[in-house]
Amino acid sequence: MKLPPFQALLDEHRVDVYRYLVATAGPNDADDVFQETWIAALRAYPRLSRADNLRAWVLRIAHNKAMDAHRARGRRALPVAEPPEQPSEPPVADGQPELWEHVRELPSKQRTAVFCRSVLGMSYAELATLLDSSEEAARRNVHEGLKRLRLELSE
Amino acid sequence: MTEIETMLRRAAAGLPDVVPDVSARAEAEGLVDVAYTSVDSPLGSLLVAVTPRGLVRVAYTDHDDVLERLAARVSPRVLEAPTRLDGVRRELDEYFAGRRTQFETPIDWSQLAGFTRKVLRATARIDFGHTGTYRSVATGAGSPRAVRAAGNALGANPMPVIVPCHRVLRTGGALGGYTGGVERKQFLLRLEGVLD
Repeated sequence: MKLPPFQALLDEHRVDVYRYLVATAGPNDADDVFQETWIAALRAYPRLSRADNLRAWVLRIAHNKAMDAHRARGRRALPVAEPPEQPSEPPVADGQPELWEHVRELPSKQRTAVFCRSVLGMSYAELATLLDSSEEAARRNVHEGLKRLRLELSE
Repeated sequence: MTEIETMLRRAAAGLPDVVPDVSARAEAEGLVDVAYTSVDSPLGSLLVAVTPRGLVRVAYTDHDDVLERLAARVSPRVLEAPTRLDGVRRELDEYFAGRRTQFETPIDWSQLAGFTRKVLRATARIDFGHTGTYRSVATGAGSPRAVRAAGNALGANPMPVIVPCHRVLRTGGALGGYTGGVERKQFLLRLEGVLD
């Protein structure tokens, strides 16, 4: 199995991954999840059996890590009230915050499907690999996600 | 494309394009099998790569090809990690500034096969400002008659400058060839005071 140097993978996809995370996981979680994603990818990389579809592979890791962070956040919020917010660094600029807030309210698969299709221009085949679903299901996730967004925005 | 997709695309143009560094954490977790950086030198930009055991590669040209070969031969976990190479970078800077005559950076000999390794180890024993011959390194490698094979091993030296194959000349004093081209060999021999 001939894999490219990991750095080549990182150079090619890190901006897409980071933007995906800022948009879909939110500017507050993006940095941590970005690190988690690439560390997990680096850990698994030598055992990878195919070198095609590397973008879908790494975005799938990002999708999963974003869900982990989301769940962890939910758990943390439950038992005790969080201490008052520390004055923190201003979050990363994210273009059009309100639009992404609506994107973040979509179910996780639709969120990923909408971003990867509309912004990254993924084919349904690539998106199906990412979501570990059929192409038909990938198409449906894009369609449903866009429909919901349109509805939200028209309100 | 629908209107909403156009909106998303436009908004995405405002997303950040500067991303956090991951090499520090990758290093801390021991996940970098080959760390590399480029080092500016009077001979052009040098690609320098190390494994946890030590130096594996110094390359004058074709940096992308070199990295691909390292990924195939050593490990695909190849990452640009400049801090791990701070020591060797400093030694190279000092050498080219004329302030260092010996490299202390450890070398990973494990990537080199039998005879090549012996020849290059014999070459590494030639001191700054001195020279050997293809015959003397063949002898140093334990095979005095394998002069041509010693020449081939030197031509394939993966760590020029630090394993000083530029110090090996033809018997009689002719320069002979060099991995980085004969001008670089002349430059290094001048730097070391062997040539005027």
